[in-house]
Amino acid sequence: MKLDWFPLWNSLRIALISTIMVFFLGIFAAFKIAKYPRAVKGFLDVFLTLPLVLPPTVVGYLLLRVLGPNRIVGKWVLSVFGLKLTMTWYSAIFATGVVIFPLMYRTARGAFESFDQTLAFSAQTLGLSNTWIFWRIRIPVCRQGILAGTVLSFARALGEYGATSMITGYTPGRTATISTTVYQLWRTNSDAEAFCWVMVNLAISAMVLLAVNMLEERQKRRLKA
Amino acid sequence: MSLEVNIEKNFGAFHLKAHFLTEGSVTGILGASGSGKSMTLKCIAGIETPDSGSIVLNGKTLFDSEKHINLPPQKRQVGYLFQNYALFPNMTVKKNILCGLHAVKDRSEREALLKEALRRFQLEDVSDHKPSEISGGQAQRTALARILVSAPKLLMLDEPFSALDSHLRLRLQLELKETLSSYKGPVLMVTHSRDEAYRMCGSITITDNGVFSPVRETKPLFADPGSFSAAAITGCKNIAAAVKTGEYEVEVPEWNVRFRTARKVRDGLKGVAFRAHYLNTRTNENRFPVLFESELEEPFEWVLLFRYEGQSPESSPIWWRLPKDKRPQVFPKELGIAPANILLLYE
Repeated sequence: MKLDWFPLWNSLRIALISTIMVFFLGIFAAFKIAKYPRAVKGFLDVFLTLPLVLPPTVVGYLLLRVLGPNRIVGKWVLSVFGLKLTMTWYSAIFATGVVIFPLMYRTARGAFESFDQTLAFSAQTLGLSNTWIFWRIRIPVCRQGILAGTVLSFARALGEYGATSMITGYTPGRTATISTTVYQLWRTNSDAEAFCWVMVNLAISAMVLLAVNMLEERQKRRLKA
Repeated sequence: MSLEVNIEKNFGAFHLKAHFLTEGSVTGILGASGSGKSMTLKCIAGIETPDSGSIVLNGKTLFDSEKHINLPPQKRQVGYLFQNYALFPNMTVKKNILCGLHAVKDRSEREALLKEALRRFQLEDVSDHKPSEISGGQAQRTALARILVSAPKLLMLDEPFSALDSHLRLRLQLELKETLSSYKGPVLMVTHSRDEAYRMCGSITITDNGVFSPVRETKPLFADPGSFSAAAITGCKNIAAAVKTGEYEVEVPEWNVRFRTARKVRDGLKGVAFRAHYLNTRTNENRFPVLFESELEEPFEWVLLFRYEGQSPESSPIWWRLPKDKRPQVFPKELGIAPANILLLYE
């Protein structure tokens, strides 16, 4: 049995790129939204957290309605840049990005909310700029929480199946990811190979969760001290 | 050098009215928790925005609602020592102090100032420690060092001793007093402890439910508080409504007594007060029959609570505080108080 390793590589690059994008977007949203008045905050919060509770197929459907070659965004990008936003490996980035965004946003917001504002205030009175305070105090102090959110998002991105399969389909060597490959192999009775991929997936996910737990432990100890 | 504050701010059911002027030295803001003391410091620092009014420091306007001036905290040059010291937990003591020196661009000059501050505040041994690894006293010194190296035009201390164990407090008060004596600008110190205020502050303003009293020198304020809130916050235990009955006489209906006073009673008198220490068995002045009620033992003193004969049952008992060795065997039948110790309250 010779295993084609493309799905592993494809899954990793999709997860990595979407996690990096969501890392910045999630932190930015969390920081900005914390300052808004309550009513606006409540509305945005529901909107941004929705993908967490929606079935991935619904997310996939909604994305197809926007990114499909005959839909607004998809059509425009195709005509201007000549890029197809569906059925390619990178279209999975949108799907995973939307699905993992709430994880990053929620954990980052939790970390920001537990941040002691007097630290920022005292830095301001010392004449330090708000940008400096954000990067040198707020982010480092909230580091563990943000890191845990990032790792969790990455793990979820690796496991994304529903929205991804709807928007990229399954083309071996082109759009196949670990999760879509497992389904395909199982469907075609290639049980031994499917099992192999299951083990690979289990190993990666276990490692990631272990990392999250370690980070949370460290955060707890830091807060105690 | 002066600080002039005239601000008002509504938050919720609370209305803050801070109007005061200080010139140099240490000014205490003394008041119960939740009386708007910290909010006022935050407004001065630019962290909170008042609804209206102005804040002027050494002639420079920091805030003026009419002229639409509202400098950001970074431009105000106001040093703010927070209750929890607000040291940056991700930085060592050294790095924390360097944050106060960020405006000094020359590297060798910055290093020299840092070294000097570490020496002056006895932080050389812990300069590479994180805030979580140092003691409360060292944390306070680090925070002070960080502020003072930035050469602020005004120094504000928010309950600087509340985070410390009581046995450390006195030592750090001595230390801080020493530090403040070499600081040139005005200092505001928020506290709810009259002892702390008396020890540390040359003058005091009292906050009562968001309203600031005019700044007064500490000793005259304690000797003659003049108002109900000032009497209570400076530690007067015996306070009651009273009416003027003569040039040197007042009547206290609640206690069923008439006191002779040393100070001339003005019209508009609202009440009287006297401190629990000043009652005694020897004087014949303002001497009235008393009935023992209960007692409290303290480490070095007794607190004896009694009522005047005919005192209204709704009013609280009178406090008499005396050193342990001075306590009489039998509770006296009568107690007096010198006219000079009767404090007159007009608001």
